[in-house]
Amino acid sequence: MRDAFVRTTAALLDDDPRAAVVLADISAGLFDRSAARHPDRVLNVGIREQLMVSVAGGLALAGMRPVVHTYAPFLVERAYEQIKLDLVHQDVGAVLVSVGASYDSSGSGRTHHAPGDVALLDGLDGISVHVPGHQGEVERLLREAVASGGRAYIRLSEQQNRAPSPAVDGRLHVVRRGRLGTVVAVGPTLDRVVAATQGLDLTVLHAVTVRPLDTTTLLATMATPDVVLVEPYLAGTSTRLVDEALAHVPHRVLGLGVGRSEQRRYGTPAEHDRAHGLGEAGLRRSIDAFLAPR
Amino acid sequence: MTAEAIPTANDGYSDLGRLLALMSGDEKHDPSAHSTLDVLWVLYDRVLDVDPSRVDDPDRDRFLLSKGHGPMAYYAVLAAKGFLDEADLRSFGRYRSRLGFHPDRVLVPGVEISSGSLGHGLPLAVGIALGLRAQGITGPRVVVLVGDAELDEGSNHEAIAYAGAIGLENLTVVAIDNASSTHGWHGGIDRRFAVEGWATAVVDGRDHDDLTGALADRRDGRPSAVVAVVERQV
Repeated sequence: MRDAFVRTTAALLDDDPRAAVVLADISAGLFDRSAARHPDRVLNVGIREQLMVSVAGGLALAGMRPVVHTYAPFLVERAYEQIKLDLVHQDVGAVLVSVGASYDSSGSGRTHHAPGDVALLDGLDGISVHVPGHQGEVERLLREAVASGGRAYIRLSEQQNRAPSPAVDGRLHVVRRGRLGTVVAVGPTLDRVVAATQGLDLTVLHAVTVRPLDTTTLLATMATPDVVLVEPYLAGTSTRLVDEALAHVPHRVLGLGVGRSEQRRYGTPAEHDRAHGLGEAGLRRSIDAFLAPR
Repeated sequence: MTAEAIPTANDGYSDLGRLLALMSGDEKHDPSAHSTLDVLWVLYDRVLDVDPSRVDDPDRDRFLLSKGHGPMAYYAVLAAKGFLDEADLRSFGRYRSRLGFHPDRVLVPGVEISSGSLGHGLPLAVGIALGLRAQGITGPRVVVLVGDAELDEGSNHEAIAYAGAIGLENLTVVAIDNASSTHGWHGGIDRRFAVEGWATAVVDGRDHDDLTGALADRRDGRPSAVVAVVERQV
């Protein structure tokens, strides 16, 4: 996904004189050719993430359309007040693009993990959030985010589904229909969710854009108001939106995702997925328990 | 604000006390009670190329009040120069007022940034200066006002180091020094900037002619820092 991001950003820099990218050393080498072509619009501020976001705010105040990029913990957590004040409070647009989703950098330990990124951004006004599940979704998401002039967060991941999804259009994609409940798979969790729900009479929806969340399609396809959300970040991040959409009817929501307990483990992302119940078997167990007769 | 609604005030320095009183309710205002007042006046009266009739002009100078707390002096100068109506001053701090204890750029045309939390104006100013440069807009300067205590915030030092390293010559910092930093700046505030490659000057923050001279546009490939020393805060 990072390659697709770099390739698309390079093209945007060539095509749009207002486009700029702001970096804090991470991925800077991948932009060398663009920096040679556009030295005033490829800005590497060094290992200064607060400044990176503030510079983006200033660029936007001057009429530019900045793309800001580094690892999720340094982009969202370290520079959170800069996002809040230098982008949102200034009422300007920027596109934040992270790598290292949740525990993609599993071997680096907690310092490089950020499963709370989407929940943090959820506390701020007017930031669309996109969680691509395949590298083929990145170009459209990035181009549309930059063209909108608004604020967007694009959460790149090393984990992917086998194929790009129609959900890249911002709506929930109906993967299959069932009668006993709905599972919403976010971003790169789709293939696992499809496998984990084999043989179950469930509707499976795929979300790439989670802010705003397409609750219209959720309601339109719902046979039973029992909903399981499978998010590749902090568990329960989007349950409030499902609760709000179903406020008119008795319903149940199960939010699956990354837990809050600090694992203090390295290894691979797949091992972390299993530890948080996000592997195929763990998902099946949680979904079976949720649907079991009461 | 529509063009028809732009105030046309053209008050002088001597009017600032009266304008301040509209916000505070106090009859008298000693300038020394407002550490930024003289710097703000000199900037808007003698230095900046800004005008209330062209607050969106790409070629205007940008002034950023980073030290956003205690903004009455700022509002008084903006009113004196026609960016605000005196009626706005009377509503200072009220629920529906455009003028809060920290300025909001969305509410007040002509205010370049919303500020209040310390350590944001200078980094934003770096971005604005870079944005102007990237668009080939070479005329305007970006001037940001900070306080000496505000420089305690580490975010400023990310900006100071980077702006110096890249020679961001369209950027000027005015640091109001009323010795309010808890641990002080041993060796002088100006040296913190100079070591990062900035042009620096230290002037009397109450002397209008000295301020005017120090704030003149003399770009030489370096960003500029002017330390304006005023009375020690007690």
